[in-house]
Amino acid sequence: MPNPRVPRVAFGVTILSGIGLLVVYGTGGQPQLEGLLWFYALAGLGVGIIVGANNYLPNEESEEERHPLASSEEMLAAARADFHRADGGDEALDAERRSLLRLLAGAFAAIGVAVVFPIRSLGPHPSDDLRETDFAKGVRLVTVDGAPVKSGQLGVGELLTVFPEGHTRAGDSPTLLIRYDEEEFLPAGGRASWVTDGMVAYSKICTHAACAVGLYQNVTGLLLCPCHQSTFDVNNACTPTFGPATRPLPQLPIAIDSEGFVVAQSDYPEPVGPGYWDRMNNV
Amino acid sequence: MIRGIVRAFDERLGTARMTREVLNKVFPDHWSFLLGEVILYCFIILVATGVYLTLFFDASQQEVLYAGSYVPLQGVQMSRAYASALDITFSVRSGLVVRQVHHWAALLFAASMVTHLLRTFFTAAFRKPRELNWAVGVTLLMLAMVNGFTGYSLVDDQLSGTGLRIGYSIVLSIPFVGPWLSSLLLGGEFPGADIISRLFVLHVMIVPSIITLLLVVHMVILVRQKHTQFPGRGRREGNIIGLRLWPTYAMKAVGVFFLTGAVLALMGGLIQINPIWMFGPFRAADVSSASQPDWYVGWLEGALRLMPAWELRASPFEVPNPFYPSLVLAGGVFLVLYAWPWMEARLTRDHEIHHLLDRPSERPVRTPIGLAAISFFAVLFVAGGDDVIAVWLDMSVNTMVRILQLLAIVLPIVVFLVSRSAIRLRLRKQQEKAEPFCPRVGHSRWEARTLAALVLVFVWFTVTSLSSPSPHVLPETWTAKANAGMSGAQMYEAACAQCHGQNLEGVFGPAIGAGTDSEDMSDTLIQAVVFAGIGKMPPMPGVLTEIQVQEVIAFIRQLQGIG
Ligand code: FES
Repeated sequence: MPNPRVPRVAFGVTILSGIGLLVVYGTGGQPQLEGLLWFYALAGLGVGIIVGANNYLPNEESEEERHPLASSEEMLAAARADFHRADGGDEALDAERRSLLRLLAGAFAAIGVAVVFPIRSLGPHPSDDLRETDFAKGVRLVTVDGAPVKSGQLGVGELLTVFPEGHTRAGDSPTLLIRYDEEEFLPAGGRASWVTDGMVAYSKICTHAACAVGLYQNVTGLLLCPCHQSTFDVNNACTPTFGPATRPLPQLPIAIDSEGFVVAQSDYPEPVGPGYWDRMNNV
Repeated sequence: MIRGIVRAFDERLGTARMTREVLNKVFPDHWSFLLGEVILYCFIILVATGVYLTLFFDASQQEVLYAGSYVPLQGVQMSRAYASALDITFSVRSGLVVRQVHHWAALLFAASMVTHLLRTFFTAAFRKPRELNWAVGVTLLMLAMVNGFTGYSLVDDQLSGTGLRIGYSIVLSIPFVGPWLSSLLLGGEFPGADIISRLFVLHVMIVPSIITLLLVVHMVILVRQKHTQFPGRGRREGNIIGLRLWPTYAMKAVGVFFLTGAVLALMGGLIQINPIWMFGPFRAADVSSASQPDWYVGWLEGALRLMPAWELRASPFEVPNPFYPSLVLAGGVFLVLYAWPWMEARLTRDHEIHHLLDRPSERPVRTPIGLAAISFFAVLFVAGGDDVIAVWLDMSVNTMVRILQLLAIVLPIVVFLVSRSAIRLRLRKQQEKAEPFCPRVGHSRWEARTLAALVLVFVWFTVTSLSSPSPHVLPETWTAKANAGMSGAQMYEAACAQCHGQNLEGVFGPAIGAGTDSEDMSDTLIQAVVFAGIGKMPPMPGVLTEIQVQEVIAFIRQLQGIG
């Protein structure tokens, strides 16, 4: 005689938990209690059903024969014959059929190509977007709250995340404005005029996979991308010194305008952010 | 009554024969066959919880000022998607539990798929005639990963935005069409105008429909071909022995379904996952450090981190670095998976039909290859959290990366060689018992050469890492926000106020003002708590440096003095 105790207790637990759930929901709910009660309710069902099935239902093994999956040769031949039912006999008719089929294929192809074009509305042509940011000659660098940055605002070793004025939410524009240590800093060849008042600006978008390069160690002048630990040397044109990034962070040429605010001299000279195969094509 | 209905159906559809066939289907009684079932149960739970969430989620990028019930974010500008996800969490009845069950179920869905795949691989259940179903299964795994990623990205918090941005970089790195593809996907340059609504359509309609279809195909093929079985007494290629579906097996299966649900409910209720309210809305200029993706993309994250900084350039073209660890690696992995049954049949010249399974412990080539692959992925997976592990081990991230790069190459080879020798030894012992000893030779030369090559790799790595000019980066020495020079008050505001309140009054965390236990705690103790975390409070190394913590503590002391 099978022992009914386990399934009985289990189903009892489920009933009690169900009632408990009602109470919990009725009184406004509580995540931990809900999870716990659901656990008891469902576990009671599961255990009760499995143990019940083991005790009360037949448990002996059965044997089933396998029948070969492959069809017999005759069957294959018959199927082939069915498929080619229309073939043979009149050769001229066959040729005509074939040419009609070709035309039909052409018809489908024409429709197929035509339906591809509406997909084009999904997004604009990418290349200019990727190449440009909202920086341009004379555009002020502002903080996230929109406040323009004054020359002399940063102490040595400090840095600020800045944006082109009016575009503080653009994905490609976050830029790091860094007051470098004059003794350590090596302006890259031809870029001596890109810095101003001891400040240099680099794109904050990692050249590896576009994370924001968020961490700065001012003692060593290194920027670290927290995503895959690419490290960039601020004092040396932001060339990567560690990690998977292969290209320096692009530098933004900056100057001071007549009112003493930091402005861009132009847009970034190259696309910011991660690479793509024809990135350097007609930059 | 019921008899009448059954008869009515049978008169119109002839259902009795089909019913008999289904009720009599024989299922082999071995625990490993349950893994496949759990996949199905997870999917059912995913659909059920997913539908509930869909009713409340608003897949829109329109910016709103948050005015929901979560105090720390009130008045913050965010997308409606993120705002509605917060509402689901804090205002919808059972919303938090359902969301967490949904997330845990997705993780279990992927996990049971991977284990089911491993079971199928190691026991060679993929062999003829089941290659097609293997391919369907591999496709399902891929779709599960895609849907996990899209779901993770929908929420539009800082973490999901960061993940999405990395995904975007990977799409960009597709040869030549990358920029076009990403523009069409996002509706423009990152972050794009339409990305959330498009991800939403993918996540709740397109991918789940394909998954449903393929699950059905998978099971129809399974019924047609019948299960495999382990060899044993009475078990032949020509038969299958086990429990008939009805009634015992069906009942047990229902039981397992409820048990799966029970475990997921427990996890969803008690174990916090993806606490989106802590991350804030996505901002391109910010980054959340120590962010970890879901486990099934962890290996890709690790591969991105371990990839050396190679970049091929042939002006004006270049091959972006993420191309290798994402598209080449993932593409290669799935290609090998798809091709495996046919490849193996070709190499072993075994084109026979197999219904009896192999025992993994008796296959000296396939099993070691599988184990080597597992070890490779394990290294990548660990690498996905190398910064966190480096903090634990008090080691520089650089050394950690070098070690893991080395392990990714060496460990699989070692695992292969060791497991192969072990299996061979076992087989030889079995053989000796069965028949007189006949010595086998021939492989030692090859093994010696491999070992020599390994030693060379070791030497190369040591030399290059010693001569590497890179600074040794200890994560703790990095300042939190790029805005160095923040005052203690600002840092408190940024890192602590969310939970402990603007004036230490406590919000989700305890109050820490005057008269509380915190006032009596020493500075060192507070610092230790900040770094190690306690209870619900996350550990903060990498977020604040030691000096910064001291400044924050000074600020807290000041406030306690006022209070
Ligand atoms: S995104 Fe910066 S290192 Fe990968």
